Amino acid sequence: MTDIIATSGGVKWPSDKVSTIPFQVYTDENQYKIENERIFKGSTWNYLCLDAELPEPGSFIVSRIGETPIVITRDEDGQLNGFVNRCAHRGSLLCLKHKGKAENLTCVYHAWSYDLKGNLTGVAFQRGVKRQGGMPDQFKKEDHNLRKIHVTEFSGLVFGSFSDDAPDIESYLGSEIADRIRRVLNRPVRILGHNTQILNNNWKLYMENTKDSYHASILHTFFTTFELNRLNQKGGIIVDESGGNHVSYSKIDPSLSNDDYGSQNIRSNNDEYRLEDPSLLDGVDEYGDGVTLQILTVFPGLVLQQIQNAIAIRQIVPTGVETTELVWTYLGFQDDDEAMVERRLKQANLAGPAGFISMEDGAVGNFVQRGINGTEEDTSVVMMGGETAESQTFRATETSVRGFWKKYRTLIEGQVPNA
Amino acid sequence: MNEQTRNLIENLMAEYVSRIDNDDLERWPDLFTDKCLYSVTNRENHAQGYAHGAIWANSKGMLKDRVSALREANIYEEQVYRHIGDAVRLITLDNDIVTVQSNFMVVRTMHTGDIHLFATGMYLDRIRIQGDTALFEERIVVCDSQKIDTLLAIPL
Repeated sequence: MTDIIATSGGVKWPSDKVSTIPFQVYTDENQYKIENERIFKGSTWNYLCLDAELPEPGSFIVSRIGETPIVITRDEDGQLNGFVNRCAHRGSLLCLKHKGKAENLTCVYHAWSYDLKGNLTGVAFQRGVKRQGGMPDQFKKEDHNLRKIHVTEFSGLVFGSFSDDAPDIESYLGSEIADRIRRVLNRPVRILGHNTQILNNNWKLYMENTKDSYHASILHTFFTTFELNRLNQKGGIIVDESGGNHVSYSKIDPSLSNDDYGSQNIRSNNDEYRLEDPSLLDGVDEYGDGVTLQILTVFPGLVLQQIQNAIAIRQIVPTGVETTELVWTYLGFQDDDEAMVERRLKQANLAGPAGFISMEDGAVGNFVQRGINGTEEDTSVVMMGGETAESQTFRATETSVRGFWKKYRTLIEGQVPNA
Repeated sequence: MNEQTRNLIENLMAEYVSRIDNDDLERWPDLFTDKCLYSVTNRENHAQGYAHGAIWANSKGMLKDRVSALREANIYEEQVYRHIGDAVRLITLDNDIVTVQSNFMVVRTMHTGDIHLFATGMYLDRIRIQGDTALFEERIVVCDSQKIDTLLAIPL
């Protein structure tokens, strides 16, 4: 613990392992700035929106990479474009509406106008008024386009990257993660609704929480009681090679007993609790593989959720060192019949800000944030299931949390840690 | 709307708020018909015609389950709401069914003493009048903001 490894200029880690996390990573302003440069603007793919949210040429939608405002457009050729949502002139926000349709994007401040590919096409009074004023001859419009980012699409998910070095999206995801995104988003989607949950904690605490299969059946009583997610179900964790992406999945296996739980006296073991209206849990096996739960993350900010028939996308957006927004998009599919839509609306009660099995996740990051106040020099320990970050066939593990730190440290420090 | 109907509706509204704000949640579902719709949504979803609700229930049983989950399963810091509402505006009156609309504001106070404005919006209600009882057949809670701070445990 005395050997301090620090190559990043950021928070010092006690060792090159990823099983001991310094609390300072959740509180340090400087670390947050480094994250913006090396993670959000680094060689990562950041989830932005759904392809379906840009249905036709001229469609635009705003999103964020880290705290940076982004606008995504579909141009006349049907191609997706992304740029910083900031006028090249004085830096004003360009698109003020969340989404819409436009032939070009015009800044309200001085009416600089851009095409859907982000190229500057019009400067108000460029030649001055009555031959007075105007831009000098050396001003070239092509030098003042919007700041463009790379945009790519995978299974209907649109990702953006500031970096020229981000690998192609499928390599970035890893084949096992890519397959499981394709599994869920296997047909044209239909949006059922949105909301945004304000998390009063550092963004990483939420990402870790989502990757943490150890807590799921302990903190979330509802989950375990109705046999949606017990550690003794069949299932496991897949962590991609980079560590940053993961899938946690389970299949219900009624033949397994609850003895493991009973003997450990864990609060969530409550066989007395029954639903008045059990139709909430009338799921159908829409993928035909018996997987009742698949939680998937893509570094740094995407969660794709399948809990029975409740499908949702969660975009993790940092809004400050100790505040985060979690943008939820609830999905169904275009081929859903009325019964399926109703089923999804019912099961949507399971997740989200009011979710029976997830509302605690909105608060628990804040419990950590408050808990570590004043003693940021200390560390947390994530050694359940070992000290490395490989795929495992059991879920009483923190392997994918360590995977997160593997990817995180690789980007921040420029070298792969001992994981 | 005659005076008796108006009294029934005003009483229903007052009971609704009282049962939530005074932690009498077990009696909250009794203000709904057996088959009902209760949904907490937001302006954006409502305008787009999106049916999703952060809380979405189409039976009194689901409302009861919401309450028992809060009591027995879910973990959240102790908190109370204070609802402030305005007068009910009549939209349509059709035999037994009265459609009304009203505004609300909810202040949430945490056990720590922290107070904040948690939600504002409108209630879109279909109320069934039968003899001397009025019950919600439908209550759509349309929040002005799509943002929910931390979690939505107690119904709005």
